[in-house]
This record gives sequence, structure tokens and C-alpha cells, in this order.
Amino acid sequence: MKGFSHRYCIVGVGQTPYGKVPGMSQLAHNVLAIRAAMADAGLTTNEVDGVLTKAPTSTFPMLWAPKVAEALRITPRVTGTLDQAGASNIGLIQYAISCLELGQANYIAISYGDNPRSGTRSTYARPRGDDALAGVFGAPSSYAMVARRHMYEYGTTHEQLANVAMTHRYHASMNPNAVFQDPITMDDYEHSRFVAEPFRLLDCCPVSDGGAAYIVTTEERAKDLAKAPVYVEGIGQGHPAWDFFRRDQLATSGAKVSGEGAFRTAGLGPEDIDFCEIYDCFTIVPLITLEEYGFCAKGEGGSLYEDGQTRLGGRLPVNTSGGLLSETGMPGTQLVVEAVRQLRGEGGPRQVAGAEVGLVSQQGGIMTTHSTMIVTKG
Amino acid sequence: MVDSAFAPFAELVPEASEETAPFWDGLAAGELRLQHCPACGSYQHPAESFCYACGSTDVAWEAVHGHGAVYSFIVVHQPYHAAFRDRLPYVVATVQLDEGPRMLGPIFDIDPAAVAIGMRVQPRIEPVSADRAALFFAPEG
Repeated sequence: MKGFSHRYCIVGVGQTPYGKVPGMSQLAHNVLAIRAAMADAGLTTNEVDGVLTKAPTSTFPMLWAPKVAEALRITPRVTGTLDQAGASNIGLIQYAISCLELGQANYIAISYGDNPRSGTRSTYARPRGDDALAGVFGAPSSYAMVARRHMYEYGTTHEQLANVAMTHRYHASMNPNAVFQDPITMDDYEHSRFVAEPFRLLDCCPVSDGGAAYIVTTEERAKDLAKAPVYVEGIGQGHPAWDFFRRDQLATSGAKVSGEGAFRTAGLGPEDIDFCEIYDCFTIVPLITLEEYGFCAKGEGGSLYEDGQTRLGGRLPVNTSGGLLSETGMPGTQLVVEAVRQLRGEGGPRQVAGAEVGLVSQQGGIMTTHSTMIVTKG
Repeated sequence: MVDSAFAPFAELVPEASEETAPFWDGLAAGELRLQHCPACGSYQHPAESFCYACGSTDVAWEAVHGHGAVYSFIVVHQPYHAAFRDRLPYVVATVQLDEGPRMLGPIFDIDPAAVAIGMRVQPRIEPVSADRAALFFAPEG
């Protein structure tokens, strides 16, 4: 990555079961995902000396990373929790690389784990601040407001939104870890109930329990580990920051600025990308994200899906594991895990042929924050 | 007089802070009041002790017309809160006020199919308790 003196790699990935997982605490999802990532890399708790986390969305505890480190029986040299909501887990890779560059740690574990499905999911239906009287509760309503505006400005259709849900579900049908594995049709989509128009239930990701983690280290250290390293080539961030409905242009996100940063630091462009793992909490989001990255003109995201270009075998497979919509409704850590698996050739029936360069996108809030990472086989 | 149909909304009225009390007192008096910055001329919502645009701490309250245009809207079918249960499905609009700020608010008693982006709306202020009222929107006219 341009700007750093060394190259940095993701060397281990891990996860816990996704979906409804009674009997597993927030701490268990974090600790066991990190232990799985350490085992994948061939590392032990004697070697991992950094622990970074995004706080569990459902309860948002303070000092979460030190708590996870303690539960791993690690006394870390570096800890920290970043609050960029769903964009945090790429932001944390940027922080990890800075720590590695400065020699503050050797192997840094990054995790997210939460149990909102089995524990409390009230955060997902709460009103927005003082706006309960406006009748806007939970994320679907806010994203639906964005979708309506995109449909108005660019002519995006219900069928195109349906194609996002159908494409990601098709990929999930080849992923034994996915919460939803049964393929869906246009008929299924049209018969799913409305949540907040223009969104139907199948436009929305589920609320899922689960944990995912990865280990970041230097290229030199990566060479001695169990699996082939995946190289972090570029990272970008972009933060619209304003509350969604006050933003000048509602049908845009931080993906444009974030993507430009990732492409610039990687020295690559959209034409170099073999596959994408895009934050897809709602069907409208991948359309806006792909448009802002420059994979198509603004407003043409729906056509990419309708033409089958984002399907496995197409020009740009998107969300090969099923994404938030079908694999697991968690804030983005699992997308990094899938990108690493694809670049290692571990995708099984959903493997992208010749996958050498992948792009991962994360965002948080109501398109409030955004991060992008480009990864390669090196 | 509180129309019993609006009484269930009372529990959704947030506790007023020093900054926001004039907004809620305004609604209770039947008018929409927004903060206005004499230094730079901008209107703002929600209320703060400073101007978001220029940082001036000399912000004043003004009763406004509050008309505007629908910038986007949704039709909520999910029963999130009991106060809205009898109104499902209900329309919520992002309203671009003529004064500048955007606000969120429901448009009740309308066929969702009749709502469109660009539609002109105006405030509809309904008492929800003895000393509080809520801001909704209604078609202009």
C-alpha cells in the first residue's frame, strides 16, 4: 500500500456459527472467532499481541477490546475499538497496519461478534434520537427513504432491487455457512411483505448472531505462517457524516471518496477488480456503492445486476458468500473473511475463477461512514 | 383539546432540553418555531446553543411558515410502535422546508398512492397532551 514502508497481509480468518446461535455470548463470538483465525494462520496466544474490535452493536459496551483480549488470556501491546459502525472493521485494518509500521505489535487480531438474534435486538427497532414522533424506527425506514430517492432520480426499479436479493441468495446457496441458502425467485420477492415501501422483507438483511475475525501482520512474518498471505493493497475512507435526510444528495454514499482512496493507495482501478464483497444491509446499497466506485455510470447499478454481470461467472461477481442479505446480517467483518477465502481459492462451488484482486466495501449508520479495501494474492 | 386519536403519541414526545424547549413550546402554542441565526441568516433544526453554519452563539427563535416539498418518502407497514398501529400503513416524508432545513414527519389521512416527490406540504400540528403537541405534515392548501 502506497505510503507505508512495508507490505501488510491478512494471514488468518475465522468465524463462529451465523444465524440464531443460543448459548453463545458476545464475548464467545469474539474470542472463538479470533481463536479460529489464529488456528487458520498457525498462530497462538503467545504470539498475537494486538486486539482490535468494533463494539457489539446490540449493547455497545465500553472498553470492549481489552475485555476480549483478557478473555483470550492475552496481555496485548495494542488494543482499541473504533466507532465507524459497519465501516469499522476495515478502518481497524488501517489502524492495525499503522501499529505494525510503527513496530507497536507483531500480529494483530481484529474481530466483531454479537448475539442480537438470541440476546436483545431492541437496538434494531429503536427510533432515531428524538424522531420517534416522525414514525421512523429502525434502519429499514431510513434506507427505504434513500431507495425511493434513487428510484426517483435514476429510474431504478423494484425488479432491479429484487435482482440484488436474488443474486446474493444464489451465491449463498453454495455457502454452507449462510443463514439463508434457498434460492429465491422474482415471484418470492414480489410476495414478500412490505416493511417500509419501497422495501419488502427480501430487501432487508436479517439480524444475526455470529462472530468473524482476522489476523494482520507484516509480509515478512506472513511468509512463515500456515496459509498463503492475502495482501492489503489499498484502503480508503469516506464519511458523509450528516444524518441521512439532511444530506444534500440522499442517493449517494461515502463510496466515491472511499473508493478513490483505496484505488489510489493500491495503484489500481475498477478494471483491475475480479470480484467484490459489498456491504448489502439493504438491496439499494450495492447499487449506489458500485456506481460510486465507477464500475458503471451513476444510476446504472441496477442494470449490472439485471444483466447478470454481478453473478458468479459474470464480469464482476458480487457478494460470493451471500453478503449481509443472505450469509449473515452482521456489520461487515464476514465480507473480509470471504474475500480472503476467495483469494486463497477456498470458495468451493462458489469460487470465482482466476480471483486475484478483490474489493471489500463496508459502511455504517445510514450511509454515514464508509471504508474500502483492495486485497490481492500478492 | 386533545383529540383522543393523537393521545397515544404523547409518550413519544422527548423530554425538552434547555435548547429544544422553545421548539416544543411553539408547537404547544400551535406554531412551528425554528432557530434563526441573525449573523448568517440560516435556519436550523434540531436546536442547539450555536449556529451549525457559522458557529455564532447568538441564535434566535422565529415562528416560520414551515411549508415545503416532499424530497423523499416511505410507506411504513411494520408495527414498530403502538401509537402508529391504527394508522398502518402510514406515510413518512423527508420534507424540504422553504426556510432551508429538512425535517422528517408523517403525512396521515392520505392515500399513499397520492404522495409523490415534489408534492407541496405544510405543518399539521396536533395536541397530544395538555401541554405538548406533535408536528406532522399535510398536503398544502
